[in-house]
Amino acid sequence: MEYVIDMRNIRKEFPGIVANDNITLQVKKGEIHALLGENGAGKSTLMNVLFGLYEPEQGEIYVKGNKVVNNDPNIANSLGIGMVHQHFMLVDKFTVTENIILGKEPTKGGKVDLQTAAKEVKALSDQYGLSVDPFAKIENISVGMQQRVEILKTLYRGADILIFDEPTAVLTPQEIVELIQIMKKLVSEGKSIILITHKLKEIMEVCDRCTVIRRGRGVGTVNVSDSNPDSLAAMMVGREVNFKVEKIEATPKEAVLTIKDLVVHDSRKVPAVNGLNLTVHAGEIVGIAGVDGNGQSELLEAITGLHKIHEGSIHLRDKEITNKSPRSVTESGLSHIPQDRHKHGLVLDFSVGENMVLQTYYQKPYSKSGILNFKPIFDKAKKLIEEYDVRTPDAYTPARALSGGNQQKAIIAREVDRDPDFLIAAQPTRGLDVGAIEFIHSKLIEQRDNGKAVLLVSFELDEIINVSDRIAVMYEGKIVAIVNPKETTEQELGLLMAGGKRGTVHAE
Amino acid sequence: MPNKSNKMKFLVPLISVFLGLLIGGIIMLISGYQPVEAYVALFQGIFGGSYYFGETIRQMSPLILSGLAVAFAFRTGLFNIGVEGQLLVGWLAAVYVGIFVDAPAIIHIPLAVLAAGVAGALWGSVPGILKARFKVHEVITTIMMNYIALYTTNEIIRNYMLAPGERTENIKESASLASPFLQSITEYSTLHFGIIVALIAAVIMWFLLWRTTLGYELRAVGFNQHASQYAGINVSKNIVLSMAISGAFAGIAGSMEGLGTYQYMTINAGFTGVGFDGIAVALLGANSAIGVILGAALFGGLKIGALNMQSIAGVPTELIGVVIALIIFFVACSYLVHWLMNRVNRGGKI
Repeated sequence: MEYVIDMRNIRKEFPGIVANDNITLQVKKGEIHALLGENGAGKSTLMNVLFGLYEPEQGEIYVKGNKVVNNDPNIANSLGIGMVHQHFMLVDKFTVTENIILGKEPTKGGKVDLQTAAKEVKALSDQYGLSVDPFAKIENISVGMQQRVEILKTLYRGADILIFDEPTAVLTPQEIVELIQIMKKLVSEGKSIILITHKLKEIMEVCDRCTVIRRGRGVGTVNVSDSNPDSLAAMMVGREVNFKVEKIEATPKEAVLTIKDLVVHDSRKVPAVNGLNLTVHAGEIVGIAGVDGNGQSELLEAITGLHKIHEGSIHLRDKEITNKSPRSVTESGLSHIPQDRHKHGLVLDFSVGENMVLQTYYQKPYSKSGILNFKPIFDKAKKLIEEYDVRTPDAYTPARALSGGNQQKAIIAREVDRDPDFLIAAQPTRGLDVGAIEFIHSKLIEQRDNGKAVLLVSFELDEIINVSDRIAVMYEGKIVAIVNPKETTEQELGLLMAGGKRGTVHAE
Repeated sequence: MPNKSNKMKFLVPLISVFLGLLIGGIIMLISGYQPVEAYVALFQGIFGGSYYFGETIRQMSPLILSGLAVAFAFRTGLFNIGVEGQLLVGWLAAVYVGIFVDAPAIIHIPLAVLAAGVAGALWGSVPGILKARFKVHEVITTIMMNYIALYTTNEIIRNYMLAPGERTENIKESASLASPFLQSITEYSTLHFGIIVALIAAVIMWFLLWRTTLGYELRAVGFNQHASQYAGINVSKNIVLSMAISGAFAGIAGSMEGLGTYQYMTINAGFTGVGFDGIAVALLGANSAIGVILGAALFGGLKIGALNMQSIAGVPTELIGVVIALIIFFVACSYLVHWLMNRVNRGGKI
């Protein structure tokens, strides 16, 4: 059997870390081949080696039977390998056609021949059932459509091996269904696909075979039909993974966070939080379910002091924190795992160690009379890195160099270690793999069991249902219902989140 | 990777200097001058005797300080293009204290330097406040503040401090950084004690940025305002503070001229250029304290050496302006240098 892509025993080192160690990836013609691994396992590095962005220290690469020594991305293109990036590389103000031909414009008499190009784009789009309008502007089409433009870009350049990098991360459930159909259509037309993912459900659904890498090492390749999500997860993480969140019954005690009649205006001076009441007790996890844009962000910003409160009050135990500065709120005993770890959670250009003291650098022992004391800072960081299994070459590495999951672990280490009375976790597992998700859920429950109050905000309903002890449904800036996760279903929550009424349970 | 980038940090400026001199030589050749003769004269004009050496160090002092001002602001995410204006108000403040205050030298000199720093800090904090409060971009406001500084200082000298010759009176001797001793060991160059002030300032900049909680806050705000705010750091305060500290370095650069080189302040027809050279020095020095000192040494050396180049080899000093511009050009497009190095490396393999 000849492979269209045959990467043998690839090894790629960076100073202080082996990113790829003896990985073999063999893709057959016409198959969808999954590349599965945790965040930071080395999937991207391997693809960059294939693309010629990195030169491997060891190993050989064959494309369609020919040995390749490539150190130039253009070679990958000319061999018919195309990448559909997770973060789209499109010019918003250009049309679909203009984006697709960019860098390879057909010309007629010195002018760009848009008409011919548009026809070609239309023909390709019809052939693979993409239904893309060649003249639509990128800024006016949905994310799912933009992704199809990325697919068309590779097809237009003659790719017959397509690499999809975490393609479903940005899509709605409906768009995911459509993407899966498109991928099946592509292989039926003779293309081969590498699907980079850590979502086991998708692999089970579309892939033929699956290569697993763990901590930079190739674990092996399996036929998807011979495996199941549990076995794949075990291969990826290196141990049995528990999909069901294990926890004992909550024993809620006194109220820790009390929000009364809260009103918060958004930037257009429209109330985003509109008369919200909520209490979170010590020893319980309250999950906030809601469709994005119903005031969740404003609520969290109001609690943490990042957003002005117009009416109402917030108390942390007996202390009023309404309109207090972020520092004073933090010092009152609040920790916050922010929704956007790059924007709020970390200073990416700081070292991991410096990031570990982002809220405490001015306190003893990290500094004295305004002079930083680096030994305690990095001692602390090393301890946290060990305790929370943050995978980084050392504490002096910039946070930017860590994978998303390890960045998140670093933030969680920092926030939990401050030992707060009240912990906010906003989308704590977004974009993370099963191993990391399991770890983070167990940490949240551990906090609860230690008598802390936890507020969890997530758009993933199974996360809300599995982790929370009570679910508060948020709709148009209010808590419209409090439900018991054991007595509810995704359907019922979905209805409440969309503003539907429920007969039996009402907001308190 | 960190090792490689550290090596590059040194290599890029070095290669840029080399390329700048090389292309400057070609331009001389085209213009009908002898580049070898010119560069020999340039070299002698920097190292050819203690006089030249003294002049170079004297030239360095304000350049170090204006370079520090730009580098400090840059480290905290701000472009201070207003060093020139802050330098002018610092110059005036130093001269004012030098003329109108009576005190023994041990108090008078620090007082005059401090006055320059405070004046520069106040001048620099205005764009800082505008940025923090109204989100006005500091590049625009600092450029405008340069013109305000130029004409305001001229007006103050004209109306309140005028002496014959379109300038102020000389400062009192007790405020002067000039040193007969330094002059005597450098064959009567204009070398003064300012270099010590500049070197102390470089140490202060390094210490402030990398060893204090204030520096931690300033750098955090420079890299990521959102995360800083989330962590409880007062972003507005730090923006104003950063511009004020940067302005203080610039103001003290002005005192080098007022208390050291000139002993007075003239009515300036245009900008001194020292403030703008600071941008280039900071760029060349990769915004580090030690880099700024080295960058200032190069700039100071080239400027002083150029004088000798003109008198010996007959090459106009403007050509050194061209060489300096070329060096800045190559540092700014370090990509080109990287590319050239790769070519050379590959060539070596084959």
